[in-house]
Amino acid sequence: MTIEEFGRRLRAREVTAEHVTDGCLRRIETDNPRLNAFILVMADDARRQALEADKALAAGRDRGPLHGVPISIKDLLDMRGLPTTAASRVRDGHLANRDAAAITHLRQAGAVFIGKTNLHEFAFGTTSEDSAFGPARNPHDPARSPGGSSGGSAASVAAGMALASIGTDTGGSIRIPAAACGTVGLKPSIGEVSIDGVVPLSRTLDHVGPLTQTVSDACLVYHALLGDGRVTPPAPMPLHGVRLAVLRRYFCDVLEDEVRARFESALDRLRAGGAHVDDIDIHHATDIASVYLHIVLSDAAAYHATALETMPERYTPPVRLRLEMGRYILAEDYVRALEGRELLRREVDAALAQHDALVLPTLPIPAPPLGANSVEVGATTEPVRNLMLRLTQLFNVTGHPAISIPSGRTSAGMPCALQLVGCRMQTDALLRVALTCEPHVSSEVRS
Amino acid sequence: MTIDAWLQAAIADAERRGLPELRPALEALARATTALRAADFNDHADT
Repeated sequence: MTIEEFGRRLRAREVTAEHVTDGCLRRIETDNPRLNAFILVMADDARRQALEADKALAAGRDRGPLHGVPISIKDLLDMRGLPTTAASRVRDGHLANRDAAAITHLRQAGAVFIGKTNLHEFAFGTTSEDSAFGPARNPHDPARSPGGSSGGSAASVAAGMALASIGTDTGGSIRIPAAACGTVGLKPSIGEVSIDGVVPLSRTLDHVGPLTQTVSDACLVYHALLGDGRVTPPAPMPLHGVRLAVLRRYFCDVLEDEVRARFESALDRLRAGGAHVDDIDIHHATDIASVYLHIVLSDAAAYHATALETMPERYTPPVRLRLEMGRYILAEDYVRALEGRELLRREVDAALAQHDALVLPTLPIPAPPLGANSVEVGATTEPVRNLMLRLTQLFNVTGHPAISIPSGRTSAGMPCALQLVGCRMQTDALLRVALTCEPHVSSEVRS
Repeated sequence: MTIDAWLQAAIADAERRGLPELRPALEALARATTALRAADFNDHADT
């Protein structure tokens, strides 16, 4: 059930928040042992909040589109009175004394908090397998990763354990798991949604955003996160006349065959529907990974410096090693990366000057098997982490809003996804383009 | 500081700190730093 459908049926008295919340809790009971999507299930609190939402509505107090909606929260956001584990033993004993700003806004919008979801430790990974609570798993194939770092969030939405989830995205950590699990994932423009009360990975690159079943639902949750809990999604625009630019060079150089086929057939459907589709280049695309790496490693090392000295054994070994790398980066190279960031930002701005959105796949591969360190794509073998970040990290570096939409499945049934990127500080305009493109992009999934 | 000099110092420090397993990660980072300094927006970088 989508949030929109829930809202219609709730206000028509066909369902109650209590009934739908109970349904999510039953699904958690059945599927969470297999998927490990949740670190904490808040069954009693969720039932109480749902009952209060039903009573409030009966009394004529309607908080808007998220009223009574069961939502899961990545366990990187503070919720008062609860531990924020960040999926790490480093956080043992932590208890949040206040809500993250995003949580405050969701409470005001009437959301029901159903639980806190599993993630890659400290959000520093793309597979959600390095977690103090064990790996999260993909609902489409539990032997595969749900993506990361917001893997438990994506799995919870894809498996019907929540109607939406809140994730964070520093290099693709909302869009990557959304793509791997077949949900929608929105990274808003940088700075729009407050990161106050969120355990940082990189203050330079961190974003908060929603994972949902549809673009309309992403729009509703995004506005609630901004504190505009009563905004309804805009009407789609006519596809005829929508101007899209495909990022080809570098971005489409390394794609698994079925991912490429789904991407090209989505583009064909958009063209057939009347969209104008060009190709365009980002001149310095080959510099993206080195720019991103020097920023994220330095920022993460700065935040973790004390814990790396005092309790290094509490990190999972791969995350500890990644954090240690950042301690060796020279200040001069960090500054060079920041210069590269400005250049890339100008190049993405320029690519968008004549277009409504940029288009590229979200992931170059379907969700990888858990435990895989590298994957073969055509004639090359690439590290899983590099591949999974390859198409998303640019827009953390530049701050442009980006959304991942399901675009079909492989012959093995694994989701593929397409990414749309809009102008900075124009997330609503991007959402309108996404609403317009969604029925064409997602048609294989829904048939 | 050249990347070679930086890498040797970083590996030595990691080994001194009991982290020899950091060596392949530092070598990968050195390749990324080489690419960063070689970018045309970093004309004055010492490689």
